[in-house]
Amino acid sequence: MADSHAASPLAHQFEDLEQQQEAASLGMWVFLATEVMFFGGLFAGYTIYRNLYPPGFEAGSHMLNVTIGAINTAVLICSSLTMALAVRAAQMGKRNALVTFLILTTALGLAFVLIKLTLEWRHDYLEGLAPGLNFTFAGPDAKSLELFFCFYFIMTGVHALHMMVGVGVLSVLLVQAWKGHFGPNHFNAVETAGLYWHFVDIVWIFLFPLLYLIGGRY
Amino acid sequence: MATAGENLDTRVHYLNANYGIKSWLLTTDHKRIAILYMASITFFFLVGGIAAVLIRIHLIEPNGAIFEPATYNKLFSMHGIIMVFFFLIPSIPAVLGNFLVPMMVGARDLAFPKLNLLSWYIFMTGGLLTLYSVVWGGVDTGWTFYTPLSTTYVNTNVLSAAFGVFIAGFSSILTGLNFVVTIHKMRAPGMTWFRMPLFLWSIYATSIIFILGTPVLAITLVLVALERIFHVGIFDPAVGGDPILFQHLFWFYSHPAVYIMVLPAMGVVSELIPCFARKRIFGYSFVAFSSVAIAVVSFLVWGHHMFLSGQSVYAGIIFSALSFAVAIPSAIKVFNWTATLYKGSISFQAPMLYALGFIGLFTMGGLTGLFLATLAVDTHVHDTYFVVAHFHYIMVGGAVMGYLGGIHFWWPKITGRLYPDGWARLAAAIIFIGFNLTFFPQYMVGYLGMPRRYAIYPPKFQVLNVMSSAGASILAVGYAIPLVYLIWSMRYGPVAGPNPWGAKGLEWETPSPPPTENFEEIPVVTEEAYAYGAKEV
Amino acid sequence: MWQGFQIRPDQASTIAQGVDYLYYFLTAIDLFFTAVIFLTIVYFALRYRRRSEQDQPKQIEGSLPLEIAWILIPLGICVVVFLWGTSLFIRNSRPPAASTEIFVVGKQWMWKLQHPEGVEEINELHVPVNQPIKLTMTSEDVIHDFSVPAFRVKKDVVPGMYTTLWFQATKTGRFDLYCDQYCGTNHSLMRGEVIVMEPTEYEQWLSGGIRGGTMAQSGAKLYDQMACITCHGTGKGPSLTGIYGKPVKLSDGKTVVADDAYLRESVLYPSAKIVEGYRPIMPTFKGQVTEEQLLQLIAYIKSLSSQEGKASK
Repeated sequence: MADSHAASPLAHQFEDLEQQQEAASLGMWVFLATEVMFFGGLFAGYTIYRNLYPPGFEAGSHMLNVTIGAINTAVLICSSLTMALAVRAAQMGKRNALVTFLILTTALGLAFVLIKLTLEWRHDYLEGLAPGLNFTFAGPDAKSLELFFCFYFIMTGVHALHMMVGVGVLSVLLVQAWKGHFGPNHFNAVETAGLYWHFVDIVWIFLFPLLYLIGGRY
Repeated sequence: MATAGENLDTRVHYLNANYGIKSWLLTTDHKRIAILYMASITFFFLVGGIAAVLIRIHLIEPNGAIFEPATYNKLFSMHGIIMVFFFLIPSIPAVLGNFLVPMMVGARDLAFPKLNLLSWYIFMTGGLLTLYSVVWGGVDTGWTFYTPLSTTYVNTNVLSAAFGVFIAGFSSILTGLNFVVTIHKMRAPGMTWFRMPLFLWSIYATSIIFILGTPVLAITLVLVALERIFHVGIFDPAVGGDPILFQHLFWFYSHPAVYIMVLPAMGVVSELIPCFARKRIFGYSFVAFSSVAIAVVSFLVWGHHMFLSGQSVYAGIIFSALSFAVAIPSAIKVFNWTATLYKGSISFQAPMLYALGFIGLFTMGGLTGLFLATLAVDTHVHDTYFVVAHFHYIMVGGAVMGYLGGIHFWWPKITGRLYPDGWARLAAAIIFIGFNLTFFPQYMVGYLGMPRRYAIYPPKFQVLNVMSSAGASILAVGYAIPLVYLIWSMRYGPVAGPNPWGAKGLEWETPSPPPTENFEEIPVVTEEAYAYGAKEV
Repeated sequence: MWQGFQIRPDQASTIAQGVDYLYYFLTAIDLFFTAVIFLTIVYFALRYRRRSEQDQPKQIEGSLPLEIAWILIPLGICVVVFLWGTSLFIRNSRPPAASTEIFVVGKQWMWKLQHPEGVEEINELHVPVNQPIKLTMTSEDVIHDFSVPAFRVKKDVVPGMYTTLWFQATKTGRFDLYCDQYCGTNHSLMRGEVIVMEPTEYEQWLSGGIRGGTMAQSGAKLYDQMACITCHGTGKGPSLTGIYGKPVKLSDGKTVVADDAYLRESVLYPSAKIVEGYRPIMPTFKGQVTEEQLLQLIAYIKSLSSQEGKASK
């Protein structure tokens, strides 16, 4: 298929395409390191409080819907698969496959956020489990339970925000892909976005057991 | 040295390549972005400096000469927030780093020029938001925002100030990212790691801290903001939260942050000493590795701000030991710089005076860090003026002098013009004297027990406070003088030529000011850094 | 002028001189190395000043022996200072067993102090000379810091937890007390004095000031008022006799010591730790007791530790 933008414009500061691509990759890895530290602060706080208040955190965890969480986990893992396939399609110059997989990834990402918003968060809010907005739980360990839900909302919220940024980036790439912008010599942006997407997925892989699966069940 | 009479406007260079405000505000040229940063941080320095002047005038009287305590509290908070986040942290990296990193590695620009411009806009957005917060209404938590004071007990502009700092943090992160990728991937042929100028090693180490530390501050500020908005209790013991957790998270960034402030200044000194002694730096690899060692160990010592916070004795002991360890690489640098002077050919232009002043003041101030790392002594001097004196010795006597030394050294490259060295040396001397008069008495009044952040203090501390304020007036004069002659020189200074100092380094092999693309052809590096001396061609 | 000139505060406690000696040593090190570097630089600057533009100094790479020397020597000094400072600190963190306990509650912007005998003070702390005093402290609002420079002691006073410091005053007199953690508008006014008296004077002062009974007696009254005995005296809740300072086995298998912090937590957050063999039915008394009252309750429970007389005197 005609690929009018197959050769990427070489930015003036680089000597050759290879340098440009390596720089972009390294840049994304460095950025992901900053994201690890950003989420790391939250994970550290969570770990400390979980150690201090095991009963409250366990009780809070049991109030989360493991089924929905598991579905969302599956959604994200699939989206990582479609993302990887998108990168491969770009690498092989297959425009239609690339567009398809980008659409699928975006859709799965949106699905994740929608499921979370409508099925989980809305439900938690209505149940009186939203600290600061509507928190009415009054049983034992109410305070540490509230703390658990603080961390739950903040951690999943920051994660969802990152997902939305990812969805935004993928949408832009989608438009560019549809215009035939990518090819075997020029797919760096897709690969870099893929790195970001996989990272956000991995954060969820940590979040899910830490938040949803405390203390065993059934 | 200067080619007198050259009309700087006949040759095309980065300053006259295009004109008009859009060409500056939409530039992606790292050199122009450096100048944008230079203007911004000078502005913030003036704001923070005015706050400092007001504080020192106020402290002439034990009962406070001018302000009510509530206003004084806003003043010292403003001084700290503006100076730390909007002057010291960006200063050398964003101004000198942006200008020099591509030139020193032999590249045409940084790896991501548009990201670089974005960094500046993010910085300005954060800076203006914070400026608004601290000036209109004010913030009175101190720059350290301790909880639950900042989350629950004050109703000043904490939220917007925290948000402003949060935004500005992304500017740091992106700048650090840009530097790391540039240094890794864009070195000219022949520029191995160990042929890089030491300034690059320092910038690299600083960038590691930018990248790994700043995000933790970001998330901490997010948590404080959420707590203020939703009253959720993450740090509020009334609802089961832990106020000390805030301190851990805050200092996890803010301790490495102080090395963000001093490492680049050390890098500047590592450039100045070889040039003005005309000798290769003594112990190059030791100085290079010490920068990285400082960056790494700096992440392990944050608890020394918390010896008395209620954390366990054992934690205190571990943090104390590690804090001693972090002093060693700094000592290595000081000894190597001094040894570089041995059998050199030393000249004393202003940049060298700043470098030598740095070494003296950093040695004295850095060693007072040992006092603070010593558990039993810190118990007595924690949160007193002793601490204030310590960090001002490093940040002002160290980092600011490093910044000024660097500005004076690279000024001819940046502007194509020379400034009057007589005035520059006079200013350096005034700054050195004024600085010591301002801050040395603070060590003494601190050991006597005067707490910091006091708007009103016991009269027995007055004499030392008055001495400090008198010194501050001299220091202020010292800072004002370079502003005048540097601006003057931009129009009326003699033309500098490519290398007025006879220095080694790729940046000196270009015209002054350099063309937008830095190099006609990318250079090929065949010699070590600082190849001064008889050995080569 | 010279009589008023001091480089250090009064040495009014057993540890003050030790801290000062370490400080002098550090000062000597600092001034020594600063002088060495400064003088070396001055010497080199003069001796090797540029004499002509044609100067070609010999290029010296470095010297491994020198590098090792100036790593090991500073490291050695650091180790010495670290060990000296740490050992002082550990000693200064462990109150002697026979310490008199006094309780401090900080709040914006004043200090409230309670003696076990029941005397309450504001911004002033009377203590006897030559006796170890242990302060157990908490805050009602933000983080404060209790600092007495003349004793070389200082500790943050944190809401939600107890922190402690101890000192033994070695001379009588009045010594400055500062709040040393920025705590809001009137932080610089949150000051007071520690007044050290001869033991007999102190006893006199103490007996003159008692209003409503000792802290333990006040605690007993509270215990009554809040009907704690309905559970703790009937087997529904664990008996509190003799538990202070002893290990307690919890329902999750862990064992904790029943110290001040544990007792405070049990009153405010009873479900945080459940004693083995009991059901989690204790209601919380958060909002119903002030920090001072909590300290009085704890004093009462402590007094149940030994049937023959008070434990802490």
